[in-house]
Amino acid sequence: MEKKQDYLILEDEVAIPYENAYGPTWTRFFEGLKDETIYGTRCAKCDRVLVPARSFCSRCFVETDDWVEVSQEGAIISWVLTEYEYFGMPTKPPFIGALIKLDGTDTNFLHLVGGIDLSDPDYVRKTVKNGMKVKAVWQEEKKGHIMDIKYFEPI
Amino acid sequence: MTNRVGIVEVAMTSGAETKDYFLDQVFKISKEVLDKSGITRDDVGTVISASSDVFHGGMSCANSYYWDAGAAFLKNGSRQDGESLFAFIYAVMRILTGNYDTALVLGVCKGSENPENDVLTHFFTDPFYQRQMGLNETIAAALQKREYMDRFGITEEQCAGVVVKNLKNALGNPYAHVKKKVDLDEVLASEVVMDPLKSMECAPKSEGIIAMVLAKEELAKKLTDKPVWFKGYGSSIDGFYLGDRDLLEGELPNAAKRAYDAAGIKDPRKEIDVAEVCEPYAFQEMLWCEDLGFCGRGEGGKLLESGATAADGDIPVNPSGGVLAMNPYVSRGLYRLAEGFLQIRGQAGERQLDKQVNTALAHSTHGFAGQCHAVAIIGS
Repeated sequence: MEKKQDYLILEDEVAIPYENAYGPTWTRFFEGLKDETIYGTRCAKCDRVLVPARSFCSRCFVETDDWVEVSQEGAIISWVLTEYEYFGMPTKPPFIGALIKLDGTDTNFLHLVGGIDLSDPDYVRKTVKNGMKVKAVWQEEKKGHIMDIKYFEPI
Repeated sequence: MTNRVGIVEVAMTSGAETKDYFLDQVFKISKEVLDKSGITRDDVGTVISASSDVFHGGMSCANSYYWDAGAAFLKNGSRQDGESLFAFIYAVMRILTGNYDTALVLGVCKGSENPENDVLTHFFTDPFYQRQMGLNETIAAALQKREYMDRFGITEEQCAGVVVKNLKNALGNPYAHVKKKVDLDEVLASEVVMDPLKSMECAPKSEGIIAMVLAKEELAKKLTDKPVWFKGYGSSIDGFYLGDRDLLEGELPNAAKRAYDAAGIKDPRKEIDVAEVCEPYAFQEMLWCEDLGFCGRGEGGKLLESGATAADGDIPVNPSGGVLAMNPYVSRGLYRLAEGFLQIRGQAGERQLDKQVNTALAHSTHGFAGQCHAVAIIGS
């Protein structure tokens, strides 16, 4: 007789729909991406430019409604090379996720670094460095989504 | 108000995966801690639990499910959704109000039933930006590790050294999940998961159901010869977006200062006998040791190499094996506290430190790359 496990297991999966409201600030930010524009907001109190644009400054706890179009170039603060598929991945691996400080801004923008050969991890490690200058590359077709920016490529 | 709150007893499961029914486990551990304390359910003043719906089989208001099993039937119970050290301070405060003589604190998480931790940590993100970029706890930690190595010259060998130390400690811990002696080469050769993080530098997914009985001073003294006293607590919460923070200058120093001030600790390295820190990623133990004031900024690697944080060092860190050996996500803060409690009582078995332990520190963290930190100090 086939050996059985001691207790039964119920295989279960939860998939339920949500409708998340962007509100005015996110809507304006993502509409901006459709026009190849990256928006931030400047805090009147601490003078920091926050990207993505947002409606309040976490540090100062004041509203931020001074919209600024920010640079599409910046420097890599840190990066991670992903070579396997995982739940929620933004694109097929291999890809590089990175924190990028766009010129003239005061927060780091979370996005991808691309435009280089990612097939050899050793080559990637030798090539990509913190501090490296990068610029935005846009998708042909825009959806008002964070991935309207294809990735940031080395300058 | 009563002056002091004492920890009377603790009961907990090991991290090993079981096919036991969750409620049976909660009932068994809750009953065990009451029996050990010499009290019945009727004597329990209030029950404070910690759990997180996303870590709970997709069940919402998951506490409603386990209240009966957790001795909260007809009680004034409440839940902290998230890290369990927050539940501990909540229970301490309830006793300090003078309205309750005792409190039962519960931390519950059955990791074996869950998908991988990162499937769940992915839902820590906002839906529009960070989630669409695929962020999860391991990606955030990998970004933090690369900055740590780049800015302070922390090496892969030092990161691997934390794993070797903690898993060695775990061999003496019957409650640990990962029981495996490993050497430096093995850790360094383990598979790269999210470059620069390797698989053995990342904590597992464990079961962990833990219960603690707290009591006001005079009752704690009646219930046990060896009460362990609450001395201080501090927490601090950083900004939500990962990109808004300097990942190496986080909020743990603030949380620690608040706890040290409350406990009257001026020189943490000298005054703390043992520290249990929450290191789901190996390098974080070194970074958190810096933040806790055990060494200077950027010196976490040297601290490890000096042997100071080993079980026989002057500031032993994670004699239990830490989170690298046992990661019941939500419960992990209470597990840190439980180890400090057992060390102070001299009941840590094989892993009992070879010195007098009067003061212990328990740390926990949740959110990406240490967004939220809590520190508790307990003592004899």
